[in-house]
Amino acid sequence: MSKAPPLLQINRLRRLMIGPVSLSVDEGDCLCISGASGSGKSLLLRAIADLDAHEGQMMLQGVPSVAIEPATWRTRIGLLPPESSWWLPLVKNHFPDSAAVPLEQLGLSDDILEQPVARLSSGERQRLALLRLLANQPQVLLLDEPTANLDPENTRRVETVITEYRRAHKAAVIWVSHDVGQVARVANRHYEVSQGGLQPRDIEGQQWLS
Amino acid sequence: MVELNVIDLMIAAMLVVVLALMSVRLRSNISQQLIIAAIRTAVQLTLIGLVLKVLFENATLGWVSLMAFFMLFVAGREVMMRQERRFKGWWGYAAGTFSMFLSSFAITVFALVVILGNDPWYAPQYAIPLLGMLLGNTMNGIAISMDRLTHAAWEQRHIIEARLMLGQTADEAISEYRRQAVRSGMIPIINAMAAAGIVSLPGMMTGQILAGALPVDAVKYQILIMFLISAGTGLGTLAAVNIGARRLFDDRQRLCLDRLREP
Repeated sequence: MSKAPPLLQINRLRRLMIGPVSLSVDEGDCLCISGASGSGKSLLLRAIADLDAHEGQMMLQGVPSVAIEPATWRTRIGLLPPESSWWLPLVKNHFPDSAAVPLEQLGLSDDILEQPVARLSSGERQRLALLRLLANQPQVLLLDEPTANLDPENTRRVETVITEYRRAHKAAVIWVSHDVGQVARVANRHYEVSQGGLQPRDIEGQQWLS
Repeated sequence: MVELNVIDLMIAAMLVVVLALMSVRLRSNISQQLIIAAIRTAVQLTLIGLVLKVLFENATLGWVSLMAFFMLFVAGREVMMRQERRFKGWWGYAAGTFSMFLSSFAITVFALVVILGNDPWYAPQYAIPLLGMLLGNTMNGIAISMDRLTHAAWEQRHIIEARLMLGQTADEAISEYRRQAVRSGMIPIINAMAAAGIVSLPGMMTGQILAGALPVDAVKYQILIMFLISAGTGLGTLAAVNIGARRLFDDRQRLCLDRLREP
């Protein structure tokens, strides 16, 4: 029997200064990507979510991206941008099923869903944006500095929620992070973006276990 | 009708000259623009008067069509120039012009054939003024709505892309702005219909009354024109906004703001 295709396969992806990038991501993988600001990490994530025109091919479980409806592709490969956007008056309007949102895991109170978006703090927005994305149950998570505005306690909560989601849904995560400690806590692979390519890097303080 | 001669028009022109002199004394720099605009009005209207005279004497379908298309292309240019962030390349011109063709031409032909029923149906005394009024009004609606749509796409690009990222289709992500654009294109004609006869006496009706028509007959024509204009503006605005909303996304439903010109 032939081996199952990887969850996400990226072949020679190019977009502006990024690429060619080739990458194979399996179920349960957590890749961390670091690199100087302006090196194109966000562009890479946008290209994988198919939000920008790009060269190269991508396959999800062996199916080419061009054979999948764009909206379906972006539901299954969910991108969390650094700044979240909200377009309806109340927080709960943005969730398909507001009863099923696991607020307490991220230290958010139950009544936050009833609040107007304008009253949220930046940290609350960031955590709620993650929950909104997870409600879609994506198979691949593209996270662009998801803990940038958070204090250490909430950073740990977010890491835990993402790791638990990854295990429960056999999802993969591609995580842009500058924090070496965070990389050590969550990643099983680490890359640095330099000169448009992905260079493998060690994960500090982590022993390689098979 | 009282015939106007050159002296009558000179007297009216004196009023404009007096106004220009007054604005010079008030150190307002509007006088030059005022005089140029007044000269343009006189020259342009004299020319169109001569063109219409020739056209009425040679009322063939070919000449009437030529005139109609000339009016359409000028109006199309006007629609394009009024948009701050218009589409790059020939799309910037074609989207508005095609929408005007669809609405103004279709409605004018419909009115000429089904409602007025002249022989021949393209009789220029009816066809050209009717088309002119439709183009002039649909032009406004289309220009306003397209400007509104491209402006919203630019201003709200983060929200539109956030919706795409959450698995919405391009159609869903732009629907709110498409609705607002259609609405703002329709507001002028809705206001004009609501205010007609109370706040304003429409120009065409006034003209017919001056020319000796019975007020009741003039009113009937004005009501017809208002209905035609609102149908034309609605059709044209819907067409333009739908073409524009599609053009804002590519085949993979990516928001393509690089298709818009910088203002």
